[in-house]
Amino acid sequence: MSSNGLAGIMKLALVVGSLQLGSITLAHADTTILNVSYDPTRELYKEFNAAFAEKWRADTGEAVTIQTSHGGSGKQARSVIDGLGADVVTLALEADIDAIAKESGKIPADWKSRFENNSSPYTSTIVFLVRKGNPKGIKDWGDLVREDVQVITPNPKTSGGARWNFLAAWAWARAANNGDDAKAQEYVTQLFKHVPVLDTGARGATTTFVQRGLGDVLLAWENEAYLSLEELGPDNFDIVTPSISIKAEPPVALVDGNVDSKGTRKVAEAYLAYLYSDVGQKIAAKHYYRPFKPEFADPKDIERFSELKLVTIDDFGGWKEAQPKFFGDGGIFDQIYRPGQ
Amino acid sequence: MISMAARSTTRWQFRQPSVIPGFGLALGVTLAWLTLIVLIPLSGLLWRSSGLGWSKFVELALDERTVNALTISFGTALVAAVVNLVFGVLLAWVLVRYRFPGKRVIDAMVDLPFALPTAVAGIALTTLYAPNGWIGALLAPLGIKIAFTPAGIVVALIFVGLPFVVRTVQPIMEEIDKEVEEAAATLGATRFQTISRVLLPGLLPAGLTGFALAFARGVGEYGSVIFIAGNLPYVSEIAPLLIVIRLEEFNYPAATAIAAVMLLLSFLMLLVINVIQAWSRRRYGYGA
Repeated sequence: MSSNGLAGIMKLALVVGSLQLGSITLAHADTTILNVSYDPTRELYKEFNAAFAEKWRADTGEAVTIQTSHGGSGKQARSVIDGLGADVVTLALEADIDAIAKESGKIPADWKSRFENNSSPYTSTIVFLVRKGNPKGIKDWGDLVREDVQVITPNPKTSGGARWNFLAAWAWARAANNGDDAKAQEYVTQLFKHVPVLDTGARGATTTFVQRGLGDVLLAWENEAYLSLEELGPDNFDIVTPSISIKAEPPVALVDGNVDSKGTRKVAEAYLAYLYSDVGQKIAAKHYYRPFKPEFADPKDIERFSELKLVTIDDFGGWKEAQPKFFGDGGIFDQIYRPGQ
Repeated sequence: MISMAARSTTRWQFRQPSVIPGFGLALGVTLAWLTLIVLIPLSGLLWRSSGLGWSKFVELALDERTVNALTISFGTALVAAVVNLVFGVLLAWVLVRYRFPGKRVIDAMVDLPFALPTAVAGIALTTLYAPNGWIGALLAPLGIKIAFTPAGIVVALIFVGLPFVVRTVQPIMEEIDKEVEEAAATLGATRFQTISRVLLPGLLPAGLTGFALAFARGVGEYGSVIFIAGNLPYVSEIAPLLIVIRLEEFNYPAATAIAAVMLLLSFLMLLVINVIQAWSRRRYGYGA
């Protein structure tokens, strides 16, 4: 470690400490709504909330304050199930919103059809972050199971992003083996033998790769990869876009049960709809999310995204089928780690 | 526990006479408070797991992965508690018996693991022990890996458990008069005999208390461990992480089952330690 090691430790400790606790921004206003979101959307919603408050004031003359709570997607879903008064949820996985719908009944089962594009105003994908100059020459998924390559990804059991990683790898292997799922499982099993550490969340995995210098490639959300590049220095890392990846659709939903009891339905609905507006789409693209309507975004922001073949969750039969099959108790991910294999 | 002095001579009775009135009120407050804070949450846990049915509960509890995670949790906590017992007693001894510059600062530092958010401790320790960290980089050429192995878990648990032993042993050490050692010396005991026959037996009950506390803390520790453990199933996956994983799957029954098993095991081990402790206090104890 370099001479700024101690400062680095302190800084890191503080950063991750604050991540762990999550954050809720508070202020006084006529109306307050709460957006329960997941970890990597902090920067996005900070800017979007300000834009929406401005817009709402201009349209209606009312002041609105938007609180945002961030944390792991699954953990956030559980908080809402346990009674956190979210007006809207903007999570990493459809399965998490389905869980809220099922366990609490506060969201109708057909929530996904209530907004355009399966209620995903922006999408993302999974890319590789490698060390500067790509010393191991990693170009595509096939390179990840080479003898000399170590892969960093969080645990699909605890991280929504990691589930997208897993399925993206599967999609590549399936395509490379003419649709053979058994070969795909073999590949993914090999892949996880190259994973030395399973962090619990995407930010933790980024820290492992970036700060601890562990591994040769980090499987990351595209928006997180760009953010790492921006925050931690483009001199240290490169982004490699694989030939095939998955279209990650982080969905948004109105929590009917809560907005009706709080009387905030109108503003909460407008808040989510505004994500689809020209302003919302522009902000999403600025924060490295692929906007649903790219024509609204700044062309410079769109240019940053490379073209690649994207499969979707529907190719896996949707989350209702994929979740238990791959990540449920005794599912394929558990089988990969069965001892003696 | 420390104040629960054994009175082998007095007969056991429900109500100890005291000059201060208010026993009924005090006992009432004690029971109400304990019920509210400890008993109700824990019985809620047991109640939820009892809804599983016995065979389902056994199936979940004896699941290979669960057993593995429990072994790792209890094993690493035990190792860490033993290390803490040895070095905690040493540390307490130095702090009680010697005067040196900066003693107050060191004394205060002992409590830091109590105050620090465990996640912060975990991050800092991982940074140090990772293969590119200050300590990890020195060990890596020797082929020793600490971070991302069970050894890393032990390191984290040593950190969070340290104050328990020091702080329970320290006051008892302060009670031991220096004359006791001097008497032993004048009666011809060697230094080793003085330590092993005169000093340590008296410290045993307090040491065991500290050991039990550090051990219990280690079993339940989550925040600091998940950063340094590597979290690989069957290798370095601790039971609290497995509980979180089950919750993440919205699998509340499995999570409660693991929690209930941990509760049971911890309670049994603490009970055993308490019995040994009570015995050793009767046998050697100070303040009896």
